Amino acid sequence: MTPRILEVRKGVLKKNDELAAELRARFRAAGVFTVNLVSSPGAGKTLLLERTLAALADEGARPAALVGDPETDNDARRLARSGVPVRQIQTHGVCHLEAAMVGNNLAQWDLAGFDYLFIENVGNLVCTTSYDLGEALRVVFLAVTEGEDKPLKYPGLFNSADAAVVSKCDLAAACEFDRDAARTNLHAVRPGLPILETSGKTGTGMSEWLAYLRDRRRAFLESGKAW
Amino acid sequence: MHELSIARNVVEIATEALRDAGGGTVSVVRVRVGVLAGVAPEALTFCYEIAIRGTPLEGSQLLVEVAPVVLHCPTCDRDAQPPDICHLECPVCGTATADVRGGRELEVESIEVI
Repeated sequence: MTPRILEVRKGVLKKNDELAAELRARFRAAGVFTVNLVSSPGAGKTLLLERTLAALADEGARPAALVGDPETDNDARRLARSGVPVRQIQTHGVCHLEAAMVGNNLAQWDLAGFDYLFIENVGNLVCTTSYDLGEALRVVFLAVTEGEDKPLKYPGLFNSADAAVVSKCDLAAACEFDRDAARTNLHAVRPGLPILETSGKTGTGMSEWLAYLRDRRRAFLESGKAW
Repeated sequence: MHELSIARNVVEIATEALRDAGGGTVSVVRVRVGVLAGVAPEALTFCYEIAIRGTPLEGSQLLVEVAPVVLHCPTCDRDAQPPDICHLECPVCGTATADVRGGRELEVESIEVI
């Protein structure tokens, strides 16, 4: 018997994409600029975010953060020291955040009371690629300790990012980090990608990073897009 | 490793399509996976075997079509495939571009029903 071929043509992540679109509309309506931070585990997301939350709060902005990890609320406790609203999402083994997890963890939060919402994703350079969280900006981290060729090894995620943060720059000399090679590789997989060089430890690059966020937030408030 | 949850989504979508078609036995499920989608075809095929157990799709085969990166070159004003996934530039004129038109697909294309 000849099989019948039935066209389906449906996105495998359609449900996630629909939820993400709803979240994006909510963030836009509330005027909250949402940033999805992605990287491998241990690239320095939490430290930079800790400093970012404190700095933004100091200048009178109202940031908040969601932080995803397979287990523990260690990062949420660290980030909460900045005094801003923070919630931990424990994924219990799941290697990435999904739009539903973000949506569920916004309950009882008045989004209109925030200017910025940072979502620190689970440390993973593959699985986080496909899941839209409704963010306005996706920022990928590349720590100088990781090697300059990380973008070539994980082109999918680096290509999906709107900006790159080169982190742990205080360790660049000790790691013999080849800055030019890293920049070339980032631009090979994502031509034109804005690159911010930072150190959460020393504060190097913080003012540029904060200025970049303010600038993108302004663009987002004006046009609904960070670009 | 998120291919198991992706495989479960594939099973859910294909099962719905089968129900809409009035039932039958599914022999093949075709999916299209872009090389930038963050999904490994081998891992997805492996997880599919696990995900179909005890479902109406048990016994079916997953066929993965890998979709290449397609760029739109602003200089040549046409779509083209870059030389490789790590160098997003026009193969004709060498212009680097982030205008990706293909390679991020993650879709159930069709099912074959006997």
